[in-house]
Amino acid sequence: MPRPAPLIEMRGISKSFGAVKANEAVDLSVAPGEILGLLGENGAGKTTLMNVLFGAYAPDAGEILVQGRPVTINSSADALAAGIGMVHQHFHLAPRLSVLENLLIGIPGKSGRIDRAGGLARLGEIGRQHGLTLDPDLPVSALSVGEQQRLEIVKALFRGARLLILDEPTAVLAPTEVDGLFSALRSMAAQGLGIIFISHKLNEVRALTHRCVVLRHGRVAGRVDAPASTTSSEMARLMCGHEIVPPARGPSTPGAAVLTLDDISTSRHSGMALRDVSLAVRAGEILGIAGVSGNGQRALAEVISGVRAPDAGRMTIAGKIVSRFSPREVQALGLGRIPEDRMTTGLVTNLPLADSMVLPRIGTDAFSRNGLLRPDAIRAFAEAQIKAYDIRCPGPMTRAGALSGGNLQKALLARELAFDPKVLIVSQPTRGLDIGAARFIHEKFLDMRAKGCGIIVLGEDLEELLMLCDRIAVMYEGRIVGTLASADATIARLGLMMTGAEGHG
Amino acid sequence: MSVVLEQIFQVGFLAAIIRIATPLAFATLGEMFSERAGVLNLGIEGIMLLSAMTGFTATNLSGSLWLGVLAAVVTGALMGALHALFTVALGLSQHVCGIGVTLFSSGLAYFLYRLIFGQQSVPPSIKSFETLPIPVLSDIPVLGPAVFNQFSLVYMAILAVPLAAFVLYRTPWGLSVRMVGENPRAADSAGVGVIATRFQAVILGGALMGLAGAFLSMAQFNAFTFGLVSGRGWVAIALVVFGRWDPWRSAGAALLFAFVDALQLRMQASGLGHIPYEAFLMLPFIFTIVAMAVMSRNAVAPSALLKPFRREER
Repeated sequence: MPRPAPLIEMRGISKSFGAVKANEAVDLSVAPGEILGLLGENGAGKTTLMNVLFGAYAPDAGEILVQGRPVTINSSADALAAGIGMVHQHFHLAPRLSVLENLLIGIPGKSGRIDRAGGLARLGEIGRQHGLTLDPDLPVSALSVGEQQRLEIVKALFRGARLLILDEPTAVLAPTEVDGLFSALRSMAAQGLGIIFISHKLNEVRALTHRCVVLRHGRVAGRVDAPASTTSSEMARLMCGHEIVPPARGPSTPGAAVLTLDDISTSRHSGMALRDVSLAVRAGEILGIAGVSGNGQRALAEVISGVRAPDAGRMTIAGKIVSRFSPREVQALGLGRIPEDRMTTGLVTNLPLADSMVLPRIGTDAFSRNGLLRPDAIRAFAEAQIKAYDIRCPGPMTRAGALSGGNLQKALLARELAFDPKVLIVSQPTRGLDIGAARFIHEKFLDMRAKGCGIIVLGEDLEELLMLCDRIAVMYEGRIVGTLASADATIARLGLMMTGAEGHG
Repeated sequence: MSVVLEQIFQVGFLAAIIRIATPLAFATLGEMFSERAGVLNLGIEGIMLLSAMTGFTATNLSGSLWLGVLAAVVTGALMGALHALFTVALGLSQHVCGIGVTLFSSGLAYFLYRLIFGQQSVPPSIKSFETLPIPVLSDIPVLGPAVFNQFSLVYMAILAVPLAAFVLYRTPWGLSVRMVGENPRAADSAGVGVIATRFQAVILGGALMGLAGAFLSMAQFNAFTFGLVSGRGWVAIALVVFGRWDPWRSAGAALLFAFVDALQLRMQASGLGHIPYEAFLMLPFIFTIVAMAVMSRNAVAPSALLKPFRREER
């Protein structure tokens, strides 16, 4: 069957930032009705390439053709006029404005006024066509992340996009929301739209896309014409340039409990409260906490890391009772913590990386003396960790915010592991990371486990939890509804427990 | 005490509130447009003074009041454009540039005034605005003489409030202003010119501040003096917060401040002579501080306020 004429074609696109070649001679095309996967590790140039297509960057070389005609795209307005819409990884929405207002921004009004009636009609029409319904008058801040993403897609369609670019759309979604997104995308493709789906999750790309382009170091490393019948390891090899073997979790002999929670309850301060949560993590054991986000994981992480004191219950670390619940106290007892949000609670993005890496222990003798910082010691520590963990950055004095997600996560891991914690708590450890970086993080966890550290992993990615954890507890509405040894656990069973349908003591 | 109260609450008292609120309403709406687009304009105090001077001077030289108003509006718009040039086009600190604009405008006002009029034994004067009773409406008891027997600039201020609300909430341009003040990147990716929209909002804001200045020198005081504005610009900045960046609430805030100000003026004149008059002068400002402290707890500023927009920055 001859392929229809391409909706969009990029020829020989090159783009450099200083000495870094983000894209080099990239060719890519999308036909109407086609879902193209754009694969690559973080930093492979996927986002840069799409920003060139959407007019945020001017390419150094190459041309873009829309339906066979060469076009120049200098701004997002040009891209929209050419029928290209983009759903960015970080949504471009104004939280305090309503859904409809976010849709109508930049749309000319009717006789000087905002065309509310026209907007509502169009919104309803798009909703019916693709199953993307939204309440027009809710402020965006009241929407779930999945709904905000839906709004971004509707926004692009609203502007008459014929080609939709989605930059890692599933990174922010819960597993159940992914299915909804996929069916909407399939419906759009069936109606002749072209879609570029950027991801590094191979199973998703295999399930959704018709064709794939794999980028590595800014170049096209390979093309896959039938993703569904290509194995994940084959695609992973194209992405990374070498074979990826999942780490094997050997047997372990857990020791004494290093962290215990007895009947911990919290008040409903922000988000879901905890109700009578009891759990224990033993030395040399990885305990997973599965659950749909918003079921108390945040409160649990905050209590364990000493950010919030519970209203009732008892917690011990390495056999000692936690009395004051301050981050300093739990840290002194041997707890290491990698927070959920790297950028806000993990690091200080505007300070040098070295400063962020010593921040939790800035007052200890290692980094300060007589109330004065020891810059040489701080720098030496950061340099040693950068080397040990292969953190890619120009140096310890680089602004932390300039690092990629994978490198930030390595830096956070390095900062905690350097002090040999007895217990480590991590939330969503590999969210947004590519295979290589995720693999590295997983290996480090297994190393720590072998060394006798107790680890708690909070997450939504069940495959990851099953691979890493010795036991998995499931949280639902602020309670632990059951704990399974991972040998007994399956995705289906955990999924059922996560909805509160099944409990196991 | 009842004598005091009787003296205070008269028709004249209501009229005084409206008159005091007028320049504040113009200034507050001006500052609101600017801040809604994400630009704090601390130049307001100086812009009001310079506009008061140019308006007064233009009227003194031409004999036309409306030419004076036009001069004040153009002055305000130009100074707004200057502030936008620094903060929007060049992305410099809004605090520093705003204070710079105030210092520059004030200095320029003194300088030009001296240059044009020199040192005169009798200060220059103009034939100022006179009250313009609106037929029928001004015959309504109490409200009529207070609200509908005022300067034409007062009527403009009263009309400006619903107009500002309409523009901000019902027009595509107003939506663009709110969007660039909340999330400029979202506006940019929707094809809205962030820089252009911010420029327009700051210039419109400056023009409104110009009207405030014109009212002071050409209707309220009929003269230009160097202490003419005396903190009204700063008060307007507080009133924007108090009014939660909304035209109606901001106008309400201006009225409330004017009420306290009118009250203290009456109290000064009402035989409570054993209290130093400076104590009364403080009242509206104490009110502002208290109101700010209470209200600003729930006030949420436009998310992108103070943040310059650069497209290639990630």
